Amino acid sequence: MKTENPRAWFLVLPVILLVAFNALIPLMTVVNYSVQETFGNNVFFWQGVDWFEQVLHSERFHAALGRQFMFTGIILAIEIPLGVAIALAMPRKGIWVPVCLILMSLPLLIPWNVVGAMWNIFTLPDIGLMGYGLNSIGIDYNMTQSVTAAWVTLIIMDVWHWTSLVVLLAYAGLVSIPDAYYQAAEIDGASKWSVFRFIQLPKMKQVLMLAVLLRFMDSFMIYTEPFVLTGGGPGNSTTLLSIDLVKVALGQFDLGPAAAMSLIYFAITLLVSWVFYTLMTKDQKD
Amino acid sequence: MAKIKLDNIRHSYFPNPQNEDDFALKRVHFDWVDGGAYALLGPSGCGKTTLLNIISGLLEPSHGKLVFDDLDVTALSPSERNIAQVFQFPVIYDTMSVYDNLAFPLRNRGVAEPLIDKKVREISAMLEIDDLLQKKAAGLSPDNKQKISLGRGLVREDVNVIMFDEPLTVIDPHLKWKLRSKLKELHQKVKTTMIYVTHDQTEALTFADQVVVMNFGQVLQVGTPDDLFNRPEHTFVGHFIGSPGMNVLPAAVEQGSIVVAGEKVEVASEILDIGTAKLEIGVRPEYVRISESGICAKVINVMDVGRHKVVETLVEGVKVCVVAEEAMPELPEEIFLSFDPQQTRLYADGWLVDVAYGDKE
Repeated sequence: MKTENPRAWFLVLPVILLVAFNALIPLMTVVNYSVQETFGNNVFFWQGVDWFEQVLHSERFHAALGRQFMFTGIILAIEIPLGVAIALAMPRKGIWVPVCLILMSLPLLIPWNVVGAMWNIFTLPDIGLMGYGLNSIGIDYNMTQSVTAAWVTLIIMDVWHWTSLVVLLAYAGLVSIPDAYYQAAEIDGASKWSVFRFIQLPKMKQVLMLAVLLRFMDSFMIYTEPFVLTGGGPGNSTTLLSIDLVKVALGQFDLGPAAAMSLIYFAITLLVSWVFYTLMTKDQKD
Repeated sequence: MAKIKLDNIRHSYFPNPQNEDDFALKRVHFDWVDGGAYALLGPSGCGKTTLLNIISGLLEPSHGKLVFDDLDVTALSPSERNIAQVFQFPVIYDTMSVYDNLAFPLRNRGVAEPLIDKKVREISAMLEIDDLLQKKAAGLSPDNKQKISLGRGLVREDVNVIMFDEPLTVIDPHLKWKLRSKLKELHQKVKTTMIYVTHDQTEALTFADQVVVMNFGQVLQVGTPDDLFNRPEHTFVGHFIGSPGMNVLPAAVEQGSIVVAGEKVEVASEILDIGTAKLEIGVRPEYVRISESGICAKVINVMDVGRHKVVETLVEGVKVCVVAEEAMPELPEEIFLSFDPQQTRLYADGWLVDVAYGDKE
C-alpha cells in the first residue's frame, strides 16, 4: 500500500518560501559578498577565503571580540545572581505581587534606543542627574573621556535594562514550587541556605538556563544601546563586535570583510549558545 | 514517641471570626494514644488538613493547646516538635542521591556521620530500597519517592508522630495495596504514633486501629472500623462509611414510640425526651428486609454488584437501599420493608440519641 503523496510537498511550500526569504537568501547574499571583492558599478571579483583570513588575523577584530566577551561575561555575572536574589526577595502572595511584577517589567518595555538616550542624558556631566551629581561630590566622571566611566555606565545600563528579565524568569520558577517542599524542609530542619541550595535552585534550574542563554545571545549581539550611549568611544574602548561590524560595512563600505566578519560573528554566537545549551542540559539525560 | 493531646483546639482562617461558620475547626478535644495507628477520615474541606497542619506546627491554632506528653508545643516550630510528615505528592530533594535524601534530616541536626550511615542503612533495609541508595532521587518512580519521604521521617529515632497526608494519591492502583501493607508492617515494627489522613474509607479502615471521622470542622466519631460500621454516632458517619451508606429517614415520636412513614418502628436506642430536635432513624442497607408488611416503598432500581443485589427504593421521597443476599423473584412496583430492631438507631439533630446527646452542643 502506498500512502505517500508527492503533492503533500505543496503544503510545506509556503514555509519553505518564507524561510528562504527571511533567512536563507539574505544569508547566502552575505556568503556571496564574503568571497568576492567589488570596486563599485556592480562588478565583482572572486576572492576565495582571503577576507576570512584577513578578519581572523586582524587585531581590530580580536580587540572587538575581546571587548564583546568581557561585556557579556560581566553582565551575566551580575544579572544572573542579582536577578535570582531579587526574585527570592519578591513577595509570593498578596497584593504586592502584581505591583512588583509591573515595576519589574517596566524597563523591558522601553525601546532600546530610548534606553541609550536616557542614560546618555542621565550621565552628562553638566546637566545629567547622575553625571552632575557624581562630579559635584568630587568624583571625576565623564563618559566621553574616561574608559572606566564609559564601561561602568554601559554595564549599569544593561543591568538596569535586562535584570528584570532574569527576575521574571527566576520568579516564575520559584512560584511553581509547591508549598509541601518548604514544609518538608522545615520539618527536616533545613537551614535557609539548604532550602535555597536543595529546593529553590534545582527547581529554578530550567528557567535559569533559559535566562543565561537569552541574556548571552542578546548581550552578545547588543548594538543600539551602546551605540546611542557612547558610539563606541572614547576611542574604540566600547566598540563591541556589532558596532565594529557596522563601522566596517557602512562606514568604510568594505562589503567583503564585513560579510566575512558577519559570518564569523554568527558562527561564534551559534557555537557558544550550543556549548551553553549542551553543558546545561547534560545531566538531564541521566 | 509521645501521647498527643488536642486540648480544645479551634481554628479560624479569619482574623476576627464572627460566628461558628468562620471556624475551619470548630472544637477538637481529643487524645491520640502513644504508638497508635490512626486514620483521619473525612470528605474534602472537612478540616482534616487544617488539623494535620496544626499538629505538625505549620499552622498555629486560634484557640486551644497542643500537648506532646506533658510538653505544651503549641508555639513550637515544626522542626522543634520533632515530627515527620509525608505529603500528598512525594517531596524529595532532586539533586541528592537517595542516601543523601535519607541522611538530610540527620545532617541538619548535626548527627555524627557513622551514626547517620548506620541509621540510613537500617531504614533503607526496612523500606527495601537498599539497592537504590546511590541513585539520584529525581529519576525514581512515585512509590519509591514516597518511600524516601517516609524514610526521612523514620530515620530520626525519636520522632513524636509520623503524619501521612493522603500519601497514596499519586501511586498506581496495583502498588497502593503493597505500600499500604508496608506502612502497616512498619507501624508494627517501629511503634511510632502514626496519623493517616485520607478521604478514602478503604485506606482508612485497612490502615488504622482507630479511625477519626471528621466533617463540618469537628470530630464526629472515634472508633474501630467495626464501631464505625455497626454503631455510627452521627448520621454522616453512617452515610460516609459503607457502600452503600446507611439509610437515614425522618422520624417522629408518637405516644412513646417511633413512627416512620406512618408505621411504628422499633429501635435499639432508648427513647429519651429530645425536645425540639430533628429526629431521624438510621439503618444500614444490610439490615433492611423485604417483607410481607411494614413500610411501603416504591422500587426504582435494582443493581447487581456481584456478591449481592442492591435494591433502591423510595419511602415518601427518601431513598432507601436494601441489600438482598438471596436470589430475588421479579419485584412488584411497591414492596414493604422492615428494619432489624437491633440495628436501627435513633438520631436527633444528626447525633445518635443514646450517646450523651446534649453534650454535643
